[in-house]
Amino acid sequence: MRSANTTSKQMFSKKRNDWRSFSYFLWILPFLILVFLFSYFPLHGWIYSFFDYKPPRSLAQCEFVGLQWFKMLFTNKTQVSQLLQVLKNTFAMSFLGILTSFFPVFFAIFLNEIKAKKFKTFVQTFTTLPNFISWVLIYSVAFSLFSSSGMVNTILKNWGIVTEPIKFLDSDSHTYLWMLMWNVWKNLGWSAIIYLASIASIDQEQYEAASIDGANRFQLMRHITLPALMPTFFIMLMLSVANFLNNGLDQYYVFQNSFNKEHIQVLDLYVYNIGMTGSSYSLATAISMLKSIVSIVLLASVNVVSKKVRGESII
Amino acid sequence: MKQLKRNGQNSSDITFTIVNYLLFGLFTIVCIYPFYYLVINTISANDLSARGAINLIPKAIHFENYKSLIEIKGLGTATMVSVAKMVIGTGLTVIASAFLGFMFTQERMWKRKFWYRFVVITMYFNAGLIPLFITMKNLHLSNNFWVYVIPTIVQPFHIILVKTYVESLPKALQEAAEIDGAGIIKVFCKIVLPTCTPILATVAIFSAVNQWNSYQDTLIYITNQKLYSLQYLLYTYINQANSLASMVKNSSGAALSSSMVATQQTGTSIRMTVSVIVVLPILCIYPMFQRFFIKGIMIGSVKG
Repeated sequence: MRSANTTSKQMFSKKRNDWRSFSYFLWILPFLILVFLFSYFPLHGWIYSFFDYKPPRSLAQCEFVGLQWFKMLFTNKTQVSQLLQVLKNTFAMSFLGILTSFFPVFFAIFLNEIKAKKFKTFVQTFTTLPNFISWVLIYSVAFSLFSSSGMVNTILKNWGIVTEPIKFLDSDSHTYLWMLMWNVWKNLGWSAIIYLASIASIDQEQYEAASIDGANRFQLMRHITLPALMPTFFIMLMLSVANFLNNGLDQYYVFQNSFNKEHIQVLDLYVYNIGMTGSSYSLATAISMLKSIVSIVLLASVNVVSKKVRGESII
Repeated sequence: MKQLKRNGQNSSDITFTIVNYLLFGLFTIVCIYPFYYLVINTISANDLSARGAINLIPKAIHFENYKSLIEIKGLGTATMVSVAKMVIGTGLTVIASAFLGFMFTQERMWKRKFWYRFVVITMYFNAGLIPLFITMKNLHLSNNFWVYVIPTIVQPFHIILVKTYVESLPKALQEAAEIDGAGIIKVFCKIVLPTCTPILATVAIFSAVNQWNSYQDTLIYITNQKLYSLQYLLYTYINQANSLASMVKNSSGAALSSSMVATQQTGTSIRMTVSVIVVLPILCIYPMFQRFFIKGIMIGSVKG
């Protein structure tokens, strides 16, 4: 009798626990639905790449073309050369980005060497500022400084260095380098923060011990600070490899014009241009679908590399 | 000998220090100057700034540019749209991040780990531009103000930030409240929310800046000019600043006299003035909230 009572009590409390654990789930359900709607549900749009989708017609009214778009990407001559150019741009910009990814490391190490605290804070505050400015505004700044009537050209003309304004923006010369430059300008200070944080967590005794052994300032930087930053640098590097194809649209869209189009079109911008402007919805979907799949493979492999090297996954 | 060596070290030390200060000083100026350039040009004589003659010091200061902004069609509406999407979007994201970040610490939740992964994994994939565009259209969100706000409510990164923070709080607080009979919502509102203010401030600032700066949402989902955000409007202004100038000229309806040249709107002046309006909120809040940003990225990197 007594034991039966306990079991029913336990059952009752188990039921109550079940209900509570489920009610917690119900509370977050609305948000999960949002996640589903805006992150998972759009994936169904990939089927558009197997149709000849022409809005405003509905998908059912459009012709099913199978792999036509994918074949076209690899066989149609103009399409292939266009895509190769776009891939070249994407690779160039991403590669330059990776090549300069050690900039923030040195920025942090050298900023750490500045002993005047106020100056240090000042530098840190204002070099992170551009990160919080939109690309549209950066384009506006670029236009003010580098357009044919902008500041740089005016100064060059006044000093008699040039007679005709140099076309910095409306030309296709050094497009990769210009884009890299704006990118570094926007992100350098911000990316350095994570390394500055790592530096702050280095054990000060290491420095003291090394100094007593006669290490000079440069040796301290080289043998203590730099190695301490390498784990973070490795993660950042892996993440940028995973994002190799995802240059984004923001920067390149605002700087694009009819002159520099050939070299500024990275994959994301290309998808926008042919999809939204050129209305080849299906072809654009096919390209972005391939891009997503390659990106996921990249991320997975980078994750494997990270597990091997650090024994820890990135995701 | 030893003395000599130390001297050698000192001199290379000093060179390094000087070069270091110079380089950082220079880079900082490169970061600030463009904004300074914009501001001084909007308050200087417009005929001078159109010729690019204002580089360091404002000349013939006036504020006509700012006054004439009222005459520019669409600017008022776009400002309202941008402010509305920033305020509403930030508010909803903060609430959602706080709630989800807290709920995902509740180990008793049914299939907690699975749902947490379900949310976080969305950081790493993307259906792509066209599928998203079609989805928004089918959900009747294109050309709708809510397209700015609803898709950005759940932000995995912000949820991770809050979750990490809540996990660092003592569990005893919640347990004590539950013994007193408080339900999960009461615990969230009365205990978790007040203790989380630092991290929620970080989340708020991050999303406010993102909302204010985004233009892609307008570019892709909006064609109705009444729903343009300020950033997107600025982009269109940069490309057609000259026609805008003539619009303002016509509406004031006065012939050009030499004294008016200085305050007459030009393409350059309008573009720069709107730019200043767009960047001003960031410039004002940024120095005050910088520490929140830094805190955010540090907690995020721990999770990394």
